[in-house]
Amino acid sequence: MTDETVVLSPSAVGPERPAAEGGGRSGRGGRAQVWRSRRYRWDLRFSPYAFVAPFFLFFAAFGLFPLLYTGWAALHQVELTDPDSMTWVGLRNFTRLWDDEFFWNALRNTVTIGLLSTVPQLAIALGLAHLLNYRLRGSAFFRVAVLTPYATSVAAATLVFVLLFGRDYGMVNWALSAVGFEAVDWQNGTFASQFAVSTIVIWRWTGYNALIYLAAMQAVPGELYESAALDGASRFQQFLHVTVPSLRPTIFFTCVVSTIGATQLFGEPLLFNGGAAATGGSDHQFQTLGLYLYEQGWVNLHLGRASAIAWAMFLILLLIAGAARLLRGRKDSR
Amino acid sequence: MRSLRAGRLTYVVLALFTAGSLFPLLWTAIAASRTSTRLAQTPPPFWFGGNLGHNLQVAWTDANMGTALLNTVIVAGTVAAGTVFFSTLAGFAFAKLRFRGSRPLLALVIGTMLIPPQLSVVPLYMLIAKLSWTDRLQAVILPTLVGAFGVFFMRQYLAHALPMELVEAARTDGASSLRVLWHVVFPAARPAMAVLGMLTFVMAWNDFFWPIVALTQNGSPTVQVALTGLGRGYIPDQSVIMAGALLGTLPLLLVFLVFGRQIVGGIMQGAVKG
Repeated sequence: MTDETVVLSPSAVGPERPAAEGGGRSGRGGRAQVWRSRRYRWDLRFSPYAFVAPFFLFFAAFGLFPLLYTGWAALHQVELTDPDSMTWVGLRNFTRLWDDEFFWNALRNTVTIGLLSTVPQLAIALGLAHLLNYRLRGSAFFRVAVLTPYATSVAAATLVFVLLFGRDYGMVNWALSAVGFEAVDWQNGTFASQFAVSTIVIWRWTGYNALIYLAAMQAVPGELYESAALDGASRFQQFLHVTVPSLRPTIFFTCVVSTIGATQLFGEPLLFNGGAAATGGSDHQFQTLGLYLYEQGWVNLHLGRASAIAWAMFLILLLIAGAARLLRGRKDSR
Repeated sequence: MRSLRAGRLTYVVLALFTAGSLFPLLWTAIAASRTSTRLAQTPPPFWFGGNLGHNLQVAWTDANMGTALLNTVIVAGTVAAGTVFFSTLAGFAFAKLRFRGSRPLLALVIGTMLIPPQLSVVPLYMLIAKLSWTDRLQAVILPTLVGAFGVFFMRQYLAHALPMELVEAARTDGASSLRVLWHVVFPAARPAMAVLGMLTFVMAWNDFFWPIVALTQNGSPTVQVALTGLGRGYIPDQSVIMAGALLGTLPLLLVFLVFGRQIVGGIMQGAVKG
């Protein structure tokens, strides 16, 4: 530590006392004590800022600066091969996006894959949390087990699901044909591929969301259930009329987080393609906005256009946030 | 709190969920222990074969998995340690210290959580290209070394877990802020630091978007980027790809096996207080 006297006998050298008694003493000891008390006051005043400074320094360098610079880069033509030379093009990157059918295609896919993955995921998580909320033998085991997919990376998970969803030898098609259905071409069908990509997301995140719901469920007061039971509500009715309304803020929170996650979907569609290219399938059938940004920036080398896509994604998120706010405001005022 | 005893059906359904959660992982191991010819047959294999050692070896050498694993341990370890340290400092200041502007600053911290990472990826790439950091590990470490979630998590925890009297007692004893930090805050925060460390480690280990932009496969990739190389068909052998996936997942599964309950507790705690 820095102050050795304090380390040796902390109680003997109080912070205020030396300053008060300092006048009675003379020479170097007194001056040292004045200095110490001044340092103590500085410490009190400035150390909070020192403690929060690292966050803000890193954020300024790697968060805020890039954020603003993206807007600047979006107004330029910049190529990955020579990022230093930027040519001003005004809003051309944006007008080009507007006329770009692949952009609209990616936006459409992002919305459908987002819905296909978020809605079932949260619904399943809610039911799963309800089951986990019972008094269970081995509840710790079940909780850890359903969370395990969270420990799997996008890359590892997607590679396994590519095999499971294989057209000719995949286990999903094998199981389907075993019960009399026809095999599905999970890579090339538009809906089929989007469904398959969503499955990966659902698999990885359902347990995580279930734990968040479970935590909220355990905070619901027991009396609510008791009075509902007295009114003759069945367990399912209790779930519907007590649990779900009490969880509304948590459900809203997970919806927001999942929506943000869905707009950023990238690894799953990239690797579900067999990793061949960033096109999201031979016909762009599961190319998301995140993947399109990557293709424009790091395959086609147009960093300016990639920046424009990033800003478009941000604006879309803001629109969703605004809509959610309106929706929520209306519900609360009712 | 309700404590209805679970019926038999509950156990059946939960067992099905557990099977669904664990099966893809188990099957990764099964596929990694077979040959690619066997994987291209119906029905798919349901039990382990004898090719695991060979596949692991091929994945290890051809995708440079050893280096990739080492890189990932360095990245995830540094990011977790940095996040825990800086978050505890900031969380303590926001929870227990009075200073001008603390409220708006905290609001700013939380606000940064809403910024999507895609929005900064282009300039960030230009920045590290200018610094000649492409393919270097600091390119993925430094931008993720602090995070709003960690600051918020530690603030919430310390606001409850650290009695103000302890801080004040240390103050009257003349302890400097650093001493308070070392002897009072860190011991009180230890459980939350452990949980935050594990959560951050998992996230940093699995991070994909930024590493694949910043690190190419030929330089010093993380496991996730190396796996992408395997998946891209440089080695078009499915069983070897699965062996690589297994190598990339196994370390975290071990972490889960040992600390699973704490991680579950941490996620649930963060959910209630957040």
